[in-house]
Amino acid sequence: MAVLPILTYPDARLQRKAEAVQVFDDALQQFVRDLTETMYAGPGGVGIAAPQVDRPQRIVIVDVRPKLGDNCHGLMVLINPELLAWEGMAVGREGCMSVPDFTGNVIRAERIQVQAQDVLGRERSYECEGFEARAVQHEMDHLDGFLFLDRLVSRKTDLFRRKNYQKSR
Amino acid sequence: MSQALLTVIGEDRPGIVAAVTQALFTADCSIGDASMMRLGGYFTIMQVIDYSRDLGSVEMALDPAIKRLNLRVHLDPIPSVAVTAALPNTRVTVYGADHPGIVAGVTGALAAIGFNVIDLESESSGSAERPLYVMVIQGYAPDGIESVRQAVLPLREKEGIEVGVHPLEAAVF
Repeated sequence: MAVLPILTYPDARLQRKAEAVQVFDDALQQFVRDLTETMYAGPGGVGIAAPQVDRPQRIVIVDVRPKLGDNCHGLMVLINPELLAWEGMAVGREGCMSVPDFTGNVIRAERIQVQAQDVLGRERSYECEGFEARAVQHEMDHLDGFLFLDRLVSRKTDLFRRKNYQKSR
Repeated sequence: MSQALLTVIGEDRPGIVAAVTQALFTADCSIGDASMMRLGGYFTIMQVIDYSRDLGSVEMALDPAIKRLNLRVHLDPIPSVAVTAALPNTRVTVYGADHPGIVAGVTGALAAIGFNVIDLESESSGSAERPLYVMVIQGYAPDGIESVRQAVLPLREKEGIEVGVHPLEAAVF
């Protein structure tokens, strides 16, 4: 087991699109163990994505038990994850291990259904909501080279505005 | 490096931010926290700047923009202290039929529980016959969100407004 170094912005490697995992072997299991340990060692300790440790593969780990206790799925290893469905929207303030000392408001879906493979390549499906759903979406963004900085919203968008609404003539 | 708080006000038109920030750049200033927005028909800038020369040279650099865009400018030197203030943990949203006293009522109730306003944005909206007031406050409640709810809930009836109190937690992923 090893705690891996975390890439921090501005590092162009964080903006690469990650490749799908094809081979589910011992090396993958070892990497997932290291990635999990790295996550638990971090300041948030609830989520991590492989590109954050300079491994451009579609691997995400989320475990929001430090925040929610047992009221969640616990440790989720999401390999080649895909969002199957989402609904609702919520504004929440996010920070990221790869963007030290900055937090900002981001809109995420409130409920999601995500399909992924586990570390042995078996198909898994999870329904997540609230904080756990936010964590999964945040980490999955890393796989496509997005940081929460790419999704910042102004505080004013917390309320929907319709001022200066004009009909086109 | 010294710090100053720069205030700029002028009738809103395109190019104010560009002219002011370009002048600051040429005067070797760097911009820190800033709030730039239109209020009424005016554009307003308040920003912390770091300057390496004297304030006089900053003023001189701004002068052409001030004259061309008819701006009013104010520079206050401020001590350079590290920011140690608490992050906001609560957001209070308020809306209702516009009438005098909403802001005073809400912020008075918040001040009474030691709530520190970090950010307040509001606007008068709606039609002339049915004016609407909308306000979003972010701040730090030392005794937690429940104390804020208790403090502002009575205002619903007293001021005839809707008040929402929401936790603001920065989740680090």
